[in-house]
Amino acid sequence: MSTVQADPKTTSALLYLDGISVSFDGFKALNELSFIVEPGEMRAIIGPNGAGKTTMMDVITGKTRPDEGDVFFQEGKFDLSKLDETEIATLGIGRKFQKPTVFEMHTVEDNLQLSLKNDRGVRATLFWQSSAEQEARIDQVLDTVRLKHLRARIAGSLSHGQKQWLEIAMLLAQDPKLLLVDEPVAGMTDVETMQTAELLREINKTKTVVVVEHDMAFVRELGVKVTCLHEGSVLAEGSIDQVSTNDRVVEVYLGR
Amino acid sequence: MMTAHPLIRLLDRGSTLFLVLLGAFAIAIPVLNLLMPEGSALHVSTYFVALFGKYVCYGLLALSIDLIWGYVGILSLGHGAFFALGGYAMGMYLMRQIGDRGVYANPILPDFMVFLNWSELPFFWYGFQNFFYAMLMVLLVPGLLAFVFGWFAFRSRVTGVYLSIITQAMTYALLLGFFRNNFGFGGNNGLTDFKDILGFNVQAEGTRNALLVTSCIALAVCFLICRAIVTSKFGKVLIGIRDAESRTRFLGYRVEAYKLFVFTVSACMAGVAGALYVPQVGIINPGEFAPGNSIEAAIWVAVGGRGTLTGAVLGAFVVNYAKTFFTSGALAPYWLFMLGGLFIGTTLFMPRGIIGTYNNWRAGHADKAEARSAEAKAAAPAQPSAAE
Repeated sequence: MSTVQADPKTTSALLYLDGISVSFDGFKALNELSFIVEPGEMRAIIGPNGAGKTTMMDVITGKTRPDEGDVFFQEGKFDLSKLDETEIATLGIGRKFQKPTVFEMHTVEDNLQLSLKNDRGVRATLFWQSSAEQEARIDQVLDTVRLKHLRARIAGSLSHGQKQWLEIAMLLAQDPKLLLVDEPVAGMTDVETMQTAELLREINKTKTVVVVEHDMAFVRELGVKVTCLHEGSVLAEGSIDQVSTNDRVVEVYLGR
Repeated sequence: MMTAHPLIRLLDRGSTLFLVLLGAFAIAIPVLNLLMPEGSALHVSTYFVALFGKYVCYGLLALSIDLIWGYVGILSLGHGAFFALGGYAMGMYLMRQIGDRGVYANPILPDFMVFLNWSELPFFWYGFQNFFYAMLMVLLVPGLLAFVFGWFAFRSRVTGVYLSIITQAMTYALLLGFFRNNFGFGGNNGLTDFKDILGFNVQAEGTRNALLVTSCIALAVCFLICRAIVTSKFGKVLIGIRDAESRTRFLGYRVEAYKLFVFTVSACMAGVAGALYVPQVGIINPGEFAPGNSIEAAIWVAVGGRGTLTGAVLGAFVVNYAKTFFTSGALAPYWLFMLGGLFIGTTLFMPRGIIGTYNNWRAGHADKAEARSAEAKAAAPAQPSAAE
């Protein structure tokens, strides 16, 4: 069942997934998954464990090749199923992992320095020199995520919530077109959760964002279109109110 | 906040101290050997000059391993192969220098070829009579092998233990190959009976001292190259790969290109170490490819401290000095047990090695002193009479 009918070559979507199937040893992690994300949109993805949320992220970022289906980026211009992680990152897709993954041995500043949009080649980094412009960009990103006072700290010594924000800051520094954010508020306090929602809304002013999250209060706070996945395909799509009152969603995910 | 001047970045306190000590060593040993009279208590015998020269080469090998293990997390257990290949390239030059002074007095063919009834020089021996060509090969052969090996391994994303095992297989395969007579490198006996290098007798005191000094210079230069690499942004990417490879990849870095570059540089350094080692010990044979040698070199690095560069060199000196000391006494049969014990002990009680533990202790000490002074400041006015 393919819900997206548009031809990938004529789509206006930033991200276009059609009929994606992935199976691991016979287990269908994704089963003809189709959905599209328009430029400038923020989309929340919810669904029970094993619904295929992370596998979907893996397919988009080139970590996992789909067995079947199309993944296109930027109005059908790039076929993501033919590119590897590095190429996809260079195209402008940034990914935050479920478990916060920052360079623990580096300072906050160096973490961002490594993330800034620059030539990623061996020669370029060997003979690289910082510039005032780069420093200003780091300041700007740190301002956005409110970590400026921690600039010189070793990332490994940050709290869990701060690491989550640092990782989001690293995505921002890359200046991507699309941010994939996997469970940004897992393990955060309520205050931090609300701050994160605010942060993502702020980011969404200039960038397209896809957020995977379990925390329904957080998803409600985001106030965006929600896609609910179940057993590797789309179960329901719409506003949070529509999705959370959908009988099937209540049955498999939210509970009565 | 701006990056420090490149020179300051390159030479932090530890690095400066290291270079000063190395320089002092390179001056002191020849002075004590050549200028002090033989009976003097300060005289260093020629035996020790050669021994220390060997240690310096081991130090360079350890440095090359630390560059990839300590900073990128690639544990190569096959670096002995690159070392030995560099050594063979130098050995081939030294063989060609013998000329007609060999046992069979053949002006072109080395003795072992005459013994095997070969009538002409194999093509891969061409050019080795030229010192500069041979030195080029010292860099090129290990570098090329590392490049090809790394290209396949890193592209297929072979990491961790699996990579370590195939590096062991690589050095073992070369061991078997070089053992064969028809491989063309002297088989079991290897290359030996060297006469002179650049016209100087390899056995002469002056030459031995010159080789020691050259080894120290090579170590210093390679150390500076390593420092330049690890303190650059490139080096930060390397540490990023070590600690969070997928993060680095998803940031858009081509991880395999980084690994390949640094693996190749490291192999070239190991080759240089081998090339300087051979004239000082007077022989190169397939035994240098033994998998155990590569493992031993990794132990030096672990003992000295991974990811510190200076620690690797220190580890090579300490462990090899211990080896020389223990294998020449009554404890000789137990050396391997001691080495194994040392490795287990280091892993269990001093996982950061000597330099790493020291750095950690100093950092902790500084923190504590800071905390104490802050505490004292806070406590002093609050409790003016803290009498019992």
